[in-house]
Amino acid sequence: MREKILYALGALAALLLARNIWVMLTGLPDEAFQGAIFRIIFFHVPAAFTCFLCFFVALVASISYLKSGKMQWDSLAVSATEAGLAFGAANLVSGMIWARIIWGIWWTWDWRLTSMLVCWLLYAGYLVLRRAVEEPAQRARLSAVLSILSFAVVPFVFFSIKWFRTQHPQPVLYGEGKMDAAYRAMLYLNWVPLLMLAAVLIAIRIGQENRRRELDALRREAHSI
Amino acid sequence: MTALSVENVWKYYGDFPALRGISFEARQGACVALLGRNGAGKTTLLRILAGLSRPTRGSVRVFGRDCLDAEVRRQTGLIGHGIGIYDELSAYENLRLFAALYGVKDPRRAAMEWLERTGLERVRDGLVREFSRGMRQRLAVARAFLHRPSLLLLDEPFTALDDRAIALLQGLLKESLAGGATVVMSTHQLREALELATHVALIVKGRLAHAGERTAEMLEDPGWLYRTYGEA
Amino acid sequence: MLFLRQAWTVAQKDLRSEFRTKEALNASLSFALVILLLFSFAFDPTAEMTREISGGLLWLVFAFAGALLLNRSFARELENDCLDVLVVSPVPAAALFLGKALANYILLLGIEAVCLPVFGVFYNADWTRQPAWLAIVILLATWGITIIGTMFSALTVNLRLRELMLPMLVYPMLIPCLMAAMQLTTALMAGQAPSGDQLAWVRMLVGFDIIFTALSVALVETVLIG
Repeated sequence: MREKILYALGALAALLLARNIWVMLTGLPDEAFQGAIFRIIFFHVPAAFTCFLCFFVALVASISYLKSGKMQWDSLAVSATEAGLAFGAANLVSGMIWARIIWGIWWTWDWRLTSMLVCWLLYAGYLVLRRAVEEPAQRARLSAVLSILSFAVVPFVFFSIKWFRTQHPQPVLYGEGKMDAAYRAMLYLNWVPLLMLAAVLIAIRIGQENRRRELDALRREAHSI
Repeated sequence: MTALSVENVWKYYGDFPALRGISFEARQGACVALLGRNGAGKTTLLRILAGLSRPTRGSVRVFGRDCLDAEVRRQTGLIGHGIGIYDELSAYENLRLFAALYGVKDPRRAAMEWLERTGLERVRDGLVREFSRGMRQRLAVARAFLHRPSLLLLDEPFTALDDRAIALLQGLLKESLAGGATVVMSTHQLREALELATHVALIVKGRLAHAGERTAEMLEDPGWLYRTYGEA
Repeated sequence: MLFLRQAWTVAQKDLRSEFRTKEALNASLSFALVILLLFSFAFDPTAEMTREISGGLLWLVFAFAGALLLNRSFARELENDCLDVLVVSPVPAAALFLGKALANYILLLGIEAVCLPVFGVFYNADWTRQPAWLAIVILLATWGITIIGTMFSALTVNLRLRELMLPMLVYPMLIPCLMAAMQLTTALMAGQAPSGDQLAWVRMLVGFDIIFTALSVALVETVLIG
């Protein structure tokens, strides 16, 4: 039953995504300065939103784990963090592709790019920590603490890198004008299938985590005999 | 009077219950020998009693208070697997440090007194790193007793000790028990433990298989308990 | 009051054993000097160049040397299972943590006090122009490094591959703190007292210190008692 719901949700996300891409390609005109490539923003920005939403879910799950000690919360925390990292990577890569075409370079130490990279590394560290702890309850406890610390540093990262960069002269490569209403609508509309996709991924990972814990428990049981 | 009460303690490692509903009580002045095979959960239980680990479910109350309470900690003494003293500090500095941490009234005097009792006053300023094994063990025993704990938790205390340290520890344990202290020790060395023990608790696969007074039967045939209550 | 006395007892203990062996101090100090040397190959230490990057350079040295020192903080308790004995003592985990952080802070400040003049000599940098402000920045940013480093030392104390993992965890966390320190120090080395925008960095340092001290103190018991 649970699996059927997940499949249905995934299929719905795919349909919506296909519909959005169709509209993007046929319904929306090319942007005046950037041409066709600007459409990447419909994935780039919602991916960033989804990424931080996932990290926030991981924070809530981590706090709940520390409060209740229920391993379910730990499963949610790690699943959400992994999904967040996937969407963070999507954000970074789509940004790089866009930068290569518009700016002619793959990477620039622009504050948004840099901040995103730092956050990505922070949460990658969370997974590194988890791999180093064998006992599930200890792993859950330590990684929950790390998740809280990481989330607390995110605003500092964004503000500091923004101040750091804005104090340095930088070539202004594009103006930050207001986005056309049709574009903005599409941006939010495309967020919906990405969110659904994130939910499906998280649900699948939670199932895997639960099964892995069962296996671990069986292994311990076997060792104790 | 009940000194220690363990109520339905469960400890999970992930989904694996290492302790499964352990309940027992120890009255003041009792010496409980915690028996069981390797991996049965003895160390896990002792770590919970010492406040090094929290039970997933259930509670441990010492003198009517939670075992994580600072006042309980002040009255608890622990001898674990390691000796728990600092190699880079001298014998005197080690004891003074722990006397200070436990809020002993006059840390200097307490440290000197215990150096004398353990026969280490001649090497009081020697670094522990340079001590022989036996001297380190005696210092570890002094460290556990110098704040006059009323609950003593010992994890395999006789395994690592030499004869002189065993004699010292047994003497101190007898003295503490006579003074109304409560002792819980996990052990493999059945004879040494059973001689002191007033009660036994046998843990089998995380469950309390038997808890009760130590009988003369057990002393004569230490294997009896395992055969009767343990797994085949 | 009791809390502070307990923290100070722990700090004294750490300082005493560190001064006796000088293991971490020596390693950390010589590492700092080696990095100072290595940087001279990375760029041409002309006056112009040094002025532009002096803050960044100095804080990288402090951060590298600091991580080496802070890694050892809780790890040194593993020998003889001393950590267990400290945790079961009546000292609250928060006091234990703050005591250790305080000892680390003093040691790290000592290392920085040696490195700063050496840096001045090697790179011909005049760091004495704004002594009061520089002291404030160093005190604030070093506390930030110390608190994060000590917390992660506690977090990873029982884990395998601890040394390999710590840099990956600690440096991204430290980025805001280091960036503020770098910005301010570069300006101070050029003789400018912080004003306007620069004061925002000072405020950020203060905020960073307060938030992470509070979080660490609140969470350290969870970390140490499983």
